[in-house]
Amino acid sequence: MRARLIAMAAALGLTFAGAGLAGVAHAAGDAAELPDHDWKHTGVFGTFDRSELQRGFQVFQEVCASCHSLEFIAFRNLAEIGFSEDQIKAFAAEYEVEDGPDNEGEMFMRAARPSDYFPSPFANPQAARASNGGALPPDLSLIVKARDGGIDYLYGILTGYEEEPPEGVELAEGMSYNHYFPGHQIAMPEPLYEEAVEYGDGTEPTLEQLSHDVSVFLAWTAEPEMEIRKKTGLKVLIFIAIFTALIYIIKRRIWARLH
Amino acid sequence: MTTPLHRYRIVQWIDYRLPIFSWSNEHLVVYPAPRNLNYWWNFGSLAGIMLVIQIVTGVVLAMHFTPHVDYAFSSTEHIMRDVEWGWLMRYLHANGASMFFVVVYIHIFRGFYYGSYKSPREILWWMGVLILFLMMGASFTGYVLPWGQMSFWAATVITNLVSAIPWIGETLVTWLWGGFSVDNPTLNRFYSLHYLLPFLLVGVVFVHLWALHHRKSNNPLGIDIKSPKDTIPFSPYYTVKDMVGLGVMLFVLGIFVFYLPNFLGESINYIKADPLVTPPHIVPEWYFLPYYAILRAVPDKLGGVIAMVASIAILFVLPWLDTCKVRSARFRPIYKQFFWIFLADCVVLGWVGANPPEGSFILIGRICTVYYFAHFLIILPLLGKFERTKPLPESIHQAVLAKKGGATSEPPAETSAAGNP
Ligand code: HEC
Ligand code: HEM
Repeated sequence: MRARLIAMAAALGLTFAGAGLAGVAHAAGDAAELPDHDWKHTGVFGTFDRSELQRGFQVFQEVCASCHSLEFIAFRNLAEIGFSEDQIKAFAAEYEVEDGPDNEGEMFMRAARPSDYFPSPFANPQAARASNGGALPPDLSLIVKARDGGIDYLYGILTGYEEEPPEGVELAEGMSYNHYFPGHQIAMPEPLYEEAVEYGDGTEPTLEQLSHDVSVFLAWTAEPEMEIRKKTGLKVLIFIAIFTALIYIIKRRIWARLH
Repeated sequence: MTTPLHRYRIVQWIDYRLPIFSWSNEHLVVYPAPRNLNYWWNFGSLAGIMLVIQIVTGVVLAMHFTPHVDYAFSSTEHIMRDVEWGWLMRYLHANGASMFFVVVYIHIFRGFYYGSYKSPREILWWMGVLILFLMMGASFTGYVLPWGQMSFWAATVITNLVSAIPWIGETLVTWLWGGFSVDNPTLNRFYSLHYLLPFLLVGVVFVHLWALHHRKSNNPLGIDIKSPKDTIPFSPYYTVKDMVGLGVMLFVLGIFVFYLPNFLGESINYIKADPLVTPPHIVPEWYFLPYYAILRAVPDKLGGVIAMVASIAILFVLPWLDTCKVRSARFRPIYKQFFWIFLADCVVLGWVGANPPEGSFILIGRICTVYYFAHFLIILPLLGKFERTKPLPESIHQAVLAKKGGATSEPPAETSAAGNP
């Protein structure tokens, strides 16, 4: 019986995993092999490092936000990565948002509040394209979930610029060469370089450090529930495991009555 | 029959007017089940539990979801970020759909192996095939709802298949879409259908169980129940055995929900649908991949659609294609081999379905498609005629006792767990 139970569990797990593998197999396709970078938040027990997140937010705000929106993040959400209420108010106040209509029926601009979402740098996609040589900078809230390869791909994009394209490759007007971008020609000019941002905590702002931090920040914007999800999961799985073991013992006892 | 329940006056009062207590007792407690059911018989009740999980999580999602092209994607993110435990509901629902298919596919292959579709269980089997069709409808309409890139493009590709129908195809597609492309009207009607289909499923499941309880379960020996000695009451024996399976299933589901929630999903479904940007690879969810491979194996569009529908519809006539009177593969040495080959064929079809239709995938897909139909249309009828089956045991209880006593009146395969689905 025990052997059967194990066989069944294995069959169940294998079918599920096998099916999944089949589903993602096609994705491996043509992309370059991704950098093998270490992250603290991946893995069963991994959590986000608050100082990485906060530095990453700074990189986002000072660099990426001039071209990319972050539509699913409100300023108030920054409390989750360890910013104080006053800090959040100050961040918000740096932006202006449209509000209204007021009692005269007019729309007006006011300083953003913690409850407001990150304003988009452009009024609409057309304006965004017009300022970026025809290419649309995608919203970054979900970017880590929205690309095969996830955070490793993002890190790859940020660190994968090459000054000179390989011999024989003609770059189109306004394009840069990126090792990891599909097709290698990317319309985003290299956004990060050494000392692009000055960190308040003394961390050295190398290209790798900046890319690492902003990648972690965007992993959080994509999955703000990640820590609670894994923590809950551990409790739930331990509970189910004990429950199943007990039921199995009871089952054996009950069935032993049969003859 | 007096049960402890009937000691209470209130219970007697209700039961006299509406016999729900007697009914539950009859169908959930004293219901006589064959005493030799193995763990593969868990998967029916597991499927029922998955349906309940889908409905409960689905109803909660529906409270926060907005079926409109401008809001569907962002309201799904609203569920993930702002709704208390919303991420849990959505991940349970999305991965639950996959778990549901895993469980149902195992349930169906259990039926193949032990010949559960044979007389007198044909109508029971039909209800099962109907359930599979309805599940496919439910998950297809559901997958469209979050309105990501894959939602939109899978909906476009699949609904477009209808246009292959001669004469009325084009008109029919326009009618389905509620316009000239997949758009807001499509999303709205898919939402409506997605809410409706699970409840139709509940109805069909009841008929499925009605037929089951009328003629009773098949069993690993595939022989009929001949006397009360062949059976044991459903409770406590099978309630507790089903609970063991439930624990294992929830554990597997939990691993996906909490640690690999997007493993089975497509990354581009986290990009909002854009009718102007066609993704390079459009693939259906994993549980549709074998049918997708069959669809693409036929060079003609209409032919492909017919083959795809036939690949499931053929199950309706399976009870008459398999003419062997012996049910269980344990006593059918040759059928047993073909069972495994058929299973492998389906897995390969799934793998082909996940890959672009180029190079050797085309050829492999075609061979496997031909084999798929040959299994039903050629191999099974021939086996019924020529296969030499092994002698069947006298009765269920004799076989069980012989096994307990250490006597080897049963084929040796009986003892190897891995060999028996
Ligand atoms: C000068 C404007 C600009 C800045 C600043 C900028 N980007 Fe971009 N970004 C773009 C444009 C334009 C694209 C679209 C590229 C394309 O499609 O070729 C893009 C695309 C991307 C992509 C998507 C690549 C893909 O796979 O499609 C990512 C990820 C990204 N940017 C991240 C960042 C991050 C992180 C930062 C800040 C460190 C940043 N960007 C700063 C303009 C910018
Ligand atoms: C047979 C049972 C069911 C199956 C197989 C099923 C399947 C699915 C699938 C595959 C999705 C897409 C998941 C994603 O990627 O986000 C989905 C979404 C959804 N389903 Fe269901 N479902 C079922 C029952 C229900 C029921 C009964 C309801 C409501 C009463 C419901 C409501 C929803 C809603 C609102 C969504 C969109 C939100 C989301 O995408 O998470 N579902 N369903």
